[in-house]
Amino acid sequence: MPTPRTRHPFVHGALDSLPFFIVIVPFGALFGVIATEAGMNIAQVMGFSILVIAGASQLTALQLLIDNAPTVVVIVTALAVNMRMAMYSASLTPHLGANPLWKRALAAYCLYDQPFALATVEFEKRPDRSPRDKLTYFLGAGVPLGLFWYIATFLGAILGEKIPSDLGVDFAVPVTFLAVVAPMLKSLAHVAAAATSVVLVLVFSFMPYGTGLLVAAVIALVVGALVEIWTEKQRKTQ
Amino acid sequence: MIEASTTQIWIIIIAMGLGTYIIRFSFLGLIGNRPLPSWLLRMLRFTPVAVLPGVVAPMLMGSGAESMDPLRLSCALATLVVGLITRNVLYAIIAGLGLFFGLGALLG
Repeated sequence: MPTPRTRHPFVHGALDSLPFFIVIVPFGALFGVIATEAGMNIAQVMGFSILVIAGASQLTALQLLIDNAPTVVVIVTALAVNMRMAMYSASLTPHLGANPLWKRALAAYCLYDQPFALATVEFEKRPDRSPRDKLTYFLGAGVPLGLFWYIATFLGAILGEKIPSDLGVDFAVPVTFLAVVAPMLKSLAHVAAAATSVVLVLVFSFMPYGTGLLVAAVIALVVGALVEIWTEKQRKTQ
Repeated sequence: MIEASTTQIWIIIIAMGLGTYIIRFSFLGLIGNRPLPSWLLRMLRFTPVAVLPGVVAPMLMGSGAESMDPLRLSCALATLVVGLITRNVLYAIIAGLGLFFGLGALLG
């Protein structure tokens, strides 16, 4: 594929993010509808989507609030759901770390699943791009999605039940994530890491606050690295 | 209905917002341009394939109402196969969701 040198990295990132609007828009709306129906006012609903900007943890917090869980439990559980983003942060540091602090601070705000996944694919394809271009690409992949997350939440909150909520759109989440992961499975080590993650997350599903995912993911990282070292050795001895 | 007070809800929103931002900023903000050891870099390159499948698996095979649904599982498989063959995210999404809504309409 030719390097899109003529295309601004922000536009490039934004165009790559288009398929994810299928997920972001209905889910933002869904959050807006449920949160409003549960009794939150528009400022609170928007406060969630703008300050937290992480769908899975927002829905988790909402469910716990509806169940009347103690405030501390709501906060801790919802933050545990977002702990995977610390791994995203570490993973992007080699690519974005050379940028000035204020830009990294801005990028951190957009560090949710979709821009992270898009950036990993792009940075592996073109590792020699400047840290500045990489960060601009990342913002391109994250900022428009974020804006639509706000807009969708707002529309959900004001339109409420007029929006049909049972269209099977929840299935768009696993599909888009799988669609991102599949092209990344290009070596035995990548397949081993993915398989480890799937098996262990199901094994550890008894663990509280979604911590099973974190344990499964860290072990999967180690398995991926070990299999890669092993296959490199095999290649050398041949 | 939510019984928590307005103050409680705002405490939750602000604590979650701050906490989530600190999690996201962590490595990116504090490590910045300092070099990381090569063993760690090797592991970090596996982050997306180590995390995302673990996020997806419980949605399809967990304890939820829609899990182990044959239609969803086959459509997920179609997404994976098309993604592997074409190496194109958009084609994989079209295959998975197209099949899901197409078959869903056919089967009623």
